[in-house]
Amino acid sequence: MSIDENSSQHEAPPFAIEVRDLRVSYGEREILHGVSFNVRAGETMVILGGSGSGKSTLLRTLAGLEQPSGGEVRIRGKNLQTLSREGWHELRTRMGISFQNGALFGSMTVGENVALPLREHTKLDRSTIDIMVRLKLEEVGLSGYEDYYPAQLSGGMKKRAAVARAMAMDPEILLFDEPSAGLDPIIAAGIDELLLKLKQAFKITIVVVTHELASAFLIADRMILVDKGNIVAIGTPDEMKASTHPRVRQFLDRVPEPEMEQELDYLQLLTGQVVPQRQ
Amino acid sequence: MGMTRNIGAATIDGLAYLGGLTRLAGGTTRAMFGEIFRERRLPFRRAIHQAMAVGVDALPILSLISFFVGLILALQAAYELRNLGALQYVADGVAISVTRELGPLMTAILVIGRSGSAFAAELGTMKVNEEIDALETMALDPVRFLVVPKFIAMLIMMPCLTIWADAMGVCGGALFGVTSAGFTFGTYLHATMNALMLRDIVTGLIKSVMFGLVITLVGCQEGFKTGLGSEEVGKSTTSAVVTSIFLVILVDLVFTALFYFGATG
Repeated sequence: MSIDENSSQHEAPPFAIEVRDLRVSYGEREILHGVSFNVRAGETMVILGGSGSGKSTLLRTLAGLEQPSGGEVRIRGKNLQTLSREGWHELRTRMGISFQNGALFGSMTVGENVALPLREHTKLDRSTIDIMVRLKLEEVGLSGYEDYYPAQLSGGMKKRAAVARAMAMDPEILLFDEPSAGLDPIIAAGIDELLLKLKQAFKITIVVVTHELASAFLIADRMILVDKGNIVAIGTPDEMKASTHPRVRQFLDRVPEPEMEQELDYLQLLTGQVVPQRQ
Repeated sequence: MGMTRNIGAATIDGLAYLGGLTRLAGGTTRAMFGEIFRERRLPFRRAIHQAMAVGVDALPILSLISFFVGLILALQAAYELRNLGALQYVADGVAISVTRELGPLMTAILVIGRSGSAFAAELGTMKVNEEIDALETMALDPVRFLVVPKFIAMLIMMPCLTIWADAMGVCGGALFGVTSAGFTFGTYLHATMNALMLRDIVTGLIKSVMFGLVITLVGCQEGFKTGLGSEEVGKSTTSAVVTSIFLVILVDLVFTALFYFGATG
């Protein structure tokens, strides 16, 4: 091991996540047009944005599920593009991800779902894993549901179980895709409370992608507004509330898009690029 | 011009597909041996679970189909043999066609319908529900976790099922032999044993292993390729069945030719 690698392991990097000029494309279509931001260790960063803004792509790229076409992403100081197989393995055991619909394994019980990373990545014996699973489920308010299958749980419970699974390896970074989408306001508030509790109890870095304003303002230390693949604004909830940027105002004040009068306007809305008017 | 382009495009697609299958095969082998060398336990529990689904659960329907196929073969053979006054050769005909060809092939086609389609549907649904992504983000290799157990189960169960299908086919032939061709069950079995060489059974079993390989790879590849939405799962399943049947027949042809020219050449 080189000296550099040694020192980077001992000195905590100033930022848990660093994103520099990140570009991501699906085929010919560029979804993210060079976004840059940092997430400090222990901070809760909320990525806000409308449907199709690129916010989920951004989260998937942080999780290593999409390949950037340009720029770089560093997590815990490590560049994702140059990471070795072992490096990925190590990083992923320190990161937890909760997917929009939970993505629990349907053929396993909730307990087995939570136990899976522990069984695969640790040498703990069965009874210790059982105790840990029970603790994790208790943290998310699902004690006693070990033997239920995901299909037997409600939407909110599935999300909680997914959080328990993401927390199984005691990650330093937790990524959330739309934690409250499709849930009624009371259940959604419960999930917000759970996130706040996890943050206070474990001091983990949390990145949440959402379009729910109430939830975003409640849990965020800082927030980013993504629009058409670009970052429009970044700041604390108070700074966002005070922002005069027209797109931020439109999003926060929930102003609908103006009627499209011409096809070129619609094209511009979809692509985010100004289309030159033909004479 | 258009036709040439279409043929070219279809060829490239076909080669790309085979390339994908080869890569998946390589990944699966690497995952299997990687586990053994790293002294980690192979996913035996999941493999046994798969083996039950692929093999044991298929036994009733496989028995019935092979029995009927054996009976049909005996009837068809008897139709001609009777004219030649050689009805006693029914046992030979059934034994050789079942063990060399129809046993492995009927087993493969049944397994495609039951398990190849199930593999594609299972992995496709997991893809749509982001479960495959979840595995990756948990640092679990989807190939090791999902394909290896199916692969092990298939490699073990296909020869077993094929032997069973061979036996049931012979029993089907025996029903005709006993009722209409003057055999007793004992003499029919004896005639079958005399007609068969070990080589007939072994070539059938080798083919069955290759079929198992093809069915697993195609089913899993189609599952992994599934796009977004539940409609895509249906498409993957259909495609897995059609492609598997085609490739199984192709592999059958290649191996039968190899065995033929290997034996005569």
